[in-house]
Amino acid sequence: MSSFLDGHTLPLIFAALMAISILAYVILDGYDLGVGMLMAHGDRAERDKMVATIGPFWDANETWLVLGIGLLLVAFPTAHGVVLQALYLPVALMLLGLTLRGVAFEFRVKAQAQYQRWWDWAFIGGSTLSSLTQGYMLGLYIMGFKEGWVTQAFALAAAAGLAAAYCFVGATWLIGKTDGALQRRAVGWSRWTLVATAISMVAVSLATPLVSPRIFERWFAFPNIIGLLPIPLMTGALFLSLWVFLKRMPRTDHSLDFVPFLGAVSLFVLGFLGLAYSFYPYIVPEKLTIWQAASAPESLFIILMGALVVLPVIAAYTAFSYYVFRGKATELRYD
Amino acid sequence: MDPILLARIQFGANISFHILFPTITIALGWVLLFFKVAFNRSGNEKWMNAYRFWVKVFALSFALGVVSGITMSFQFGTNWPGFMERVGNIAGPLLAYEVLTAFFLEATFLGIMLFGFRKVPNWMHTLATFLVAFGTTMSAFWILVLNSWMHTPAGFELRDGVAFATDWWAIIFNPSMPYRLAHMLLASGLTCAFLIAGLSAFRWLRQDRGPDVMAALRTGVAIGAVLIPVQIFVGDLHGLNTLQHQPAKVAAMEGNWTTKGHVPLLLFALPNETTRSNDFEIGIPGGASLILKHDFAGVVPGLNDFVAPDGTRLHPPVAPVFFAFRIMVGMGVLMLMVSWLAAWQLWRRGDIGVPLAWVLVGMTFAGWVATLSGWYVTEIGRQPWLVTGVLTTAQAASTVPGGMIAATLAMYLAIYAILIAAYISVLFHLAGKGLKGVASPTGAGVAKGGAPVHPAGATAKDK
Repeated sequence: MSSFLDGHTLPLIFAALMAISILAYVILDGYDLGVGMLMAHGDRAERDKMVATIGPFWDANETWLVLGIGLLLVAFPTAHGVVLQALYLPVALMLLGLTLRGVAFEFRVKAQAQYQRWWDWAFIGGSTLSSLTQGYMLGLYIMGFKEGWVTQAFALAAAAGLAAAYCFVGATWLIGKTDGALQRRAVGWSRWTLVATAISMVAVSLATPLVSPRIFERWFAFPNIIGLLPIPLMTGALFLSLWVFLKRMPRTDHSLDFVPFLGAVSLFVLGFLGLAYSFYPYIVPEKLTIWQAASAPESLFIILMGALVVLPVIAAYTAFSYYVFRGKATELRYD
Repeated sequence: MDPILLARIQFGANISFHILFPTITIALGWVLLFFKVAFNRSGNEKWMNAYRFWVKVFALSFALGVVSGITMSFQFGTNWPGFMERVGNIAGPLLAYEVLTAFFLEATFLGIMLFGFRKVPNWMHTLATFLVAFGTTMSAFWILVLNSWMHTPAGFELRDGVAFATDWWAIIFNPSMPYRLAHMLLASGLTCAFLIAGLSAFRWLRQDRGPDVMAALRTGVAIGAVLIPVQIFVGDLHGLNTLQHQPAKVAAMEGNWTTKGHVPLLLFALPNETTRSNDFEIGIPGGASLILKHDFAGVVPGLNDFVAPDGTRLHPPVAPVFFAFRIMVGMGVLMLMVSWLAAWQLWRRGDIGVPLAWVLVGMTFAGWVATLSGWYVTEIGRQPWLVTGVLTTAQAASTVPGGMIAATLAMYLAIYAILIAAYISVLFHLAGKGLKGVASPTGAGVAKGGAPVHPAGATAKDK
């Protein structure tokens, strides 16, 4: 093993890989779950169209969660145990939600006619439950798993905030993948969820430095603040431009239909970078750093070799799949 | 109740629920590829119609496998934090390779396989079908490598109780891996064969006897009839491998308490751990010795050899292993008789006949029973160890309070019961729809511009 890939560098690389997986999951399954929640507002025909926009992708999107949690498990086993035991109940509820949502993809069209509507509601309820519990866990994580009502209140607010953000990215995805009446409705959904997302992001950005003096120091100590200023400024500018752009949607020309979605993705990336900067080098806030939690370098090295070969291939065939199902979504059919 | 027992029941319930669906999809992927290639070569529509029906079953089974698999990836950490802390250096890379080489592959190409028929060239669709089948099989490979390593660990050293890899080749090709992998892949083939034969026989009984139904029926029966003798042979080899590496498990399977020769093959008994003997024993004299040692006088290990001087039991609980083993073997014998009889009937008479068709319907999920009981034999048979000789199940348990485990266990059990009921009823619902005249390749059951597919209205709608 080269000295470059030692016990110091490897945990860093794996923290980065895990962060990328979680970010990919939040964006990709985020739009799936958002579409699932928004289905509450559609009739059966609209729901079919909404499912058709995510049908070919959701399974691979959800795999990023398995990779993210898998990397936590294999690269930082100690943190995995601590985090998942602290989040035992919300994890169980999230899994219930993901289970209902995942099987409802199939059951909502294959079950006996009288049950199909139930599965639609399982789809909507499952998507909502998964999004809320993920936001709740994010809130607990930001608060460092502290006890007390402040933590609970913050976590509940984070639950609503992440659900709003998922609805926003889901609505922008629908703008890109649909046209006509459904697209007009999606534009409406995207406007108010954009506002809700903005409020939550501001709330989290204010709360995080307040709960942790260490994070406060990282952001507001003197030279840092200058270098970091672009992150909140860019985020603010992005919110405003998205608002203005969405005001002018839908357009007769469809060439810019994916712009709101790309804007939403950029918001997620900026928000994620902000959080990552706040918590680095901790993997369990204020308790465990990535080096304290890491597995043996030999094992990390073996995984890294495989990942370096396989991840580009995964990226390639994922791109291929998005290329095959490019443009406006068409009816899902097997033949 | 004891939190460790609750955690085991919860994990056992999840993993039992999960294995039902990969057991179907691993082999069904290859059967779909066979249908697709048969269509490509012959141009006969019956193969494509068979593909279209079975791809629905595949999609449904796959979705159930995915969601229960995600639950499992979390339960490793919530239920057994000690597992990754002690053997994570071995288990981690194996699980990572499963995600990287199998999960993304199957999930991505599943989209193209299911919904891409009109969007990609035919060869690409066939390739996507192959890659999905290949992905499910790779997934089975990696997880069985890890499971086998837990039974027969090799290629590592312990430093302060933590396992470190010394030889990845030895870890992957650990002593029980080839047998376990072959045994499981064959189990998948048989489960899939009886599912195909059972649902096709159901369609046949409902007068849905098109060439695609008959082709699927013949395919299912043929796969079952060919694989079952191979499975019995491989199962025997696997048992001999277990005798060598995990004698306590074999002692529990045979219900044999004292190490001796001329051990009978027990057809029935009630193992009694208090008296450390069997009640109501009925057996074939010397049978177990003959099977395990190929000699009536062969010495078979007994459970009493696996008790510590202080009385601590170092062997698995006897009754569950003993009975699960008999259910598995009994199911295997039944599969042998039914599949050969059905093959003979189809070959000689060209048709299945009503009585045998009903038997096949009754055995639609025979593979599930055999697979689950086989897994109970091997997994309960490994107790009290989680990783043989390295880590006990109790050492790996979490500190989550029992009440919390019990509450989530109740939730999981309720949802699994609902999902299994929905799955089975929807399979028969899909199979029964052929009768309504919707066997034509119009993708019945798939979202079609919103109108729900109503059984009564299906005929008119799909014409």
